[in-house]
Amino acid sequence: MKYVIIGSGVAGMAAVEAIRSVDGAGEVVMVSEDPHGYYSRPGLAYYLTGELLDKALYLRTREDAKKMKLTFLNARVTRILRTEHALELDGKSRLAYDKLLIAVGSRAVRLEVPGAKLEGVVKLDHMNDAKNILKLAKRGRTAVVVGGGITALELTEGLLARGMKVHYLLRGDRYWSNVLDPRESQIVEKRLKEEGVTLHHHAELVGILEKNGKVGGIRLEDGHTLPCDLVAYAIGIQPCLDLVKDTGLALDRGVLVDERLQTNDPDIYAAGDVAQAFDPLSGRSVLDSLWNPAREQGHTAGLNMAGRRTAYLKSAPFNVTRLAGLTTTIIGAVGHGKDEDVLGIARGDSETWRDLPDAIVAQSGFDVNHMRLLIGEKTLIGAVVMGDQTLSWPLQKMVAGGADISPIREKLMLPDAPIADLIADFWLGWRKQVAL
Amino acid sequence: MSFINVFKSDAKRHTSLASGQVVPDPTRCVQCGICSYNCPIGIDVRAHAWRNEPVKHSECLTCGECVARCPRGVLRFVQTDLFKRRPA
Ligand code: SF4
Ligand code: SF4
Repeated sequence: MKYVIIGSGVAGMAAVEAIRSVDGAGEVVMVSEDPHGYYSRPGLAYYLTGELLDKALYLRTREDAKKMKLTFLNARVTRILRTEHALELDGKSRLAYDKLLIAVGSRAVRLEVPGAKLEGVVKLDHMNDAKNILKLAKRGRTAVVVGGGITALELTEGLLARGMKVHYLLRGDRYWSNVLDPRESQIVEKRLKEEGVTLHHHAELVGILEKNGKVGGIRLEDGHTLPCDLVAYAIGIQPCLDLVKDTGLALDRGVLVDERLQTNDPDIYAAGDVAQAFDPLSGRSVLDSLWNPAREQGHTAGLNMAGRRTAYLKSAPFNVTRLAGLTTTIIGAVGHGKDEDVLGIARGDSETWRDLPDAIVAQSGFDVNHMRLLIGEKTLIGAVVMGDQTLSWPLQKMVAGGADISPIREKLMLPDAPIADLIADFWLGWRKQVAL
Repeated sequence: MSFINVFKSDAKRHTSLASGQVVPDPTRCVQCGICSYNCPIGIDVRAHAWRNEPVKHSECLTCGECVARCPRGVLRFVQTDLFKRRPA
């Protein structure tokens, strides 16, 4: 059996490990155009801030690959030739497969304004992007960040840590409006301001100005201009579909797969950001851009490719991230609607966060320790925890486990209810019942 | 930057926990490596988080560096001598 995996992210690596757990003999080949292979994509944020060196992000050595009997090819897949069961590499050579996994991920939606191709306009998809940013980020110079979600803040924090003056442009009136509530956006914005970031609301970028062949400034819709040396954007991501477009594989916004991660071709699977996976619980196919679902999908795809039938069951999505230095956990359904700063989905985002059945909101805390609960009829359906994370782990388990909160539901909804205490007490009893 | 200092000062809050063990929640981990990078004796905490294994390393100082610095709240100290205290 010959397994080929396109893409070297976490979905691909999880698939390799799963295949090897079942089939020690088959040939396993990973093809990726990223010369850096498998590294922690979320870790790039901490490389930008200087908390890590680049070499700390690489996750497998040559020795590890040898042990797994994994062949890594640094090449671009130019076509999938389904009838031949082969890939075309770099427009010339062929690589045959028996089972194929498409795990090519997603990439930043390109900025489409005049001047967007100038040197000094940057994004954060890959290791090479991070290296490019560090090369261009000069102490004392000015940067403009455009976009929303987690990546826009990672760029802001990274550029700030490198000593740049940062202007952050928001199209609407607040940060990450489809996931955070107004208060949470305000907490983040206040902290950004305290760090010296200049925020511009209702600011629509319409052009990037040139100076000596490079970025020299930006122009806003209202006619204002702002001189700057760097423009960093994160206006959303999109699954990389170029390769699959004309293959006859079923597509929607991503590659459509069933709960076994199989496409409409029984020998081709897809996992990670590129996959739009069917969720048997909700009956819908959704996009996620989160590390752990990508890992779980890759793992499930790998098992199925190696002949072990397994279903991927999407658990309540959650993400822990740092927003303006504040640890923030987002669990289950918490937001709604659209975000003007992001087209479609952002990195570190899950569409499920905006699937909000009727819910009642209870809030607690003040600026730096903040908690918001989304309360359904009997269960918690989502939570946002900013600052102190003591309760984020219990909340994650309670949302995922569908804990019946009837005994404390009324109390949670009283004005000024001590929701942290109520949750903590309830958790102690509940965890005993479910033996966590 | 002060963003990062927030975490440096955090590290000091965790004093040694003699009978504790570092336990990961792998579903939160993004394999960034900040834990391994900051472990004073070079334990590969990240690899433990990937494999969902507690850090049983005999040389672990239980200094808490990894727990405090992880940006995703993956790592917790769990007391290991709980059972000993219970009557048989
Ligand atoms: S620091 Fe946290 S998120 Fe990063 S590798 Fe270690 S355990 Fe995982
Ligand atoms: S507690 Fe200290 S010694 Fe132990 S693994 Fe963490 S950083 Fe290393």
